[in-house]
Amino acid sequence: MRIELTEVLWLNQHHELHIVELAELSGLSEAEISELVDCGALAPINADTAQLLFDAQCLVIARTACRLRDDFDLSPQGVALALILLDRVHDLEAQVGNLRARMPHRLP
Amino acid sequence: MKYKDYYSILGVERTAVDTDIKKAYRKLARKYHPDVSKEPDAEAKFKDISEAYMTLKDSEKRAAYDQLGKHPPGQEFRPPPDWQREFSGARFAADDVDLADLFASLRGGQHRGGQDGGRMPMPGQDYEVSVHITLEEAFHGTKVDLDLTMPEYDANGVLHRAAHAFKARIPKGATDGQRLRLPGKGGKGFNGGRDGDLYINVVLHPHSLFRVSGHDLYLDLPLTPWEAVLGATVQVPTPSGPVRLKVPPGTQGGQQLRLSKRGLPKPGAGEGDLFTIVQIVLPSVIDEREKALFKQLADGSTFDPRGHYDKEVAYENRTH
Repeated sequence: MRIELTEVLWLNQHHELHIVELAELSGLSEAEISELVDCGALAPINADTAQLLFDAQCLVIARTACRLRDDFDLSPQGVALALILLDRVHDLEAQVGNLRARMPHRLP
Repeated sequence: MKYKDYYSILGVERTAVDTDIKKAYRKLARKYHPDVSKEPDAEAKFKDISEAYMTLKDSEKRAAYDQLGKHPPGQEFRPPPDWQREFSGARFAADDVDLADLFASLRGGQHRGGQDGGRMPMPGQDYEVSVHITLEEAFHGTKVDLDLTMPEYDANGVLHRAAHAFKARIPKGATDGQRLRLPGKGGKGFNGGRDGDLYINVVLHPHSLFRVSGHDLYLDLPLTPWEAVLGATVQVPTPSGPVRLKVPPGTQGGQQLRLSKRGLPKPGAGEGDLFTIVQIVLPSVIDEREKALFKQLADGSTFDPRGHYDKEVAYENRTH
C-alpha cells in the first residue's frame, strides 16, 4: 500500500491564527480565550480586540488550557493561573537545559 | 475486548458514591496529569484514570459498566447479549474495540456515531504523538512513519478500530519540544463535523558529542597545554561535516570559540551557532623525555597562577 507523504504545519511564531480558528482547534470558546488574554495567560500579536490574532504557538497553550479546564473542572481564572505557573516551570526547565548544554561534560 | 476495573483504577469500592469517585479522580489527576506530572508513565496512567472517571461519573454509563460484571483486569470478555440493546444502541465489533471506545461512543445513553446517531455535528478527536528524532535528522529534516489505530464507524455504522498509517515530513529546524500539526489526520468527524487533527511533539535524542540549546550546539574541545598556549588549527566535527578551527594563542580553559551558523537550521531562515568549549587536557601517561620538557618549563617559567591569593587575603584582612 502506498502511503502518501503528509506535510506538517509548524506551531510557532511564524504562523498566525485568528481567534475563531484558535477556538475551533483548541476546544476553548472565544470568550474563554478572551478571558485568558485578559489574565495574561495568552498573548495576542495584535491589539485589535475585535480581530484578535495569535501566533500558532498559542495553539499549544490553548490546547493545554482546554485539557486543564476539562480534566480539573477549572474556572478560567484557575486555568490562567495554572498556565502562568506552567509557563514559569517550562522557562526554568529550559534555562537549566541551556546551562547544562554550556557546561563542559567531558572529564579532563 | 479486554476488561478494565475502573473502580480499582480509581482506588474506590464498587459501592462508592459520586463524591468519593470525584475526590479519588482529582487526587490521582493532580499526581498523573501529563501537563503537570513528572511521574514516569504519567500519560498512560492518566489515560486509564480519565477513562475510568469519564465512565463512572455518568450514572447511565456507570450502570452500563456495572452490568458488564466483574472480571480480572486484562481478561478478554464479551458484553452480555442483551447489554448492547439495553445500553448502547450502537453496534460494535467486540473483538475490535476497547472499553474506552465503547463508553466514549455512549453519550448519556445515546451513541453519537453511526448513521442514526445524534444530528449535532461533532468534530473528530485530536491525537498527539511523540516522535523521536536524531540530531542529524533535525539538521537535515526527515520523514517519519506513524501508525495509529482510531475508533471509527464503518459504512454499516459498526464501531471498530481502524488502522491509519501516515508518512509525515519533519522539516529541518524542528528541534526538541517543537509541536507540529497534521490537519484532518485525527479521528473522523461525526454528522458533518470536521475531522480531528494529529499533533506531533518532536523529541530530540541526545547526541554523544553535541549538546543542544535551542538551535545552538555546544561541543567540548579538548586541547593540549601547548596547543592552548601556542595556538593551533584543529579539526572539529559539525553536523554538516568536519571543519578546521583556528585556536588563537593563549586560549584559556572554559573559553568558548564560536563557529558561526554551524548549529541547527532555524524554521524559516538562518542557523544557530556551534560553540566549542575549550578544555585543557593533560596526558595521563608521560614518558621521561616529556617529563624532562615539563621540568624545563617549570624551572624556566615565572608564571604563578595563585599570585593573587596573598593580595586578596591581605585586602580581606584590611577591610574586616
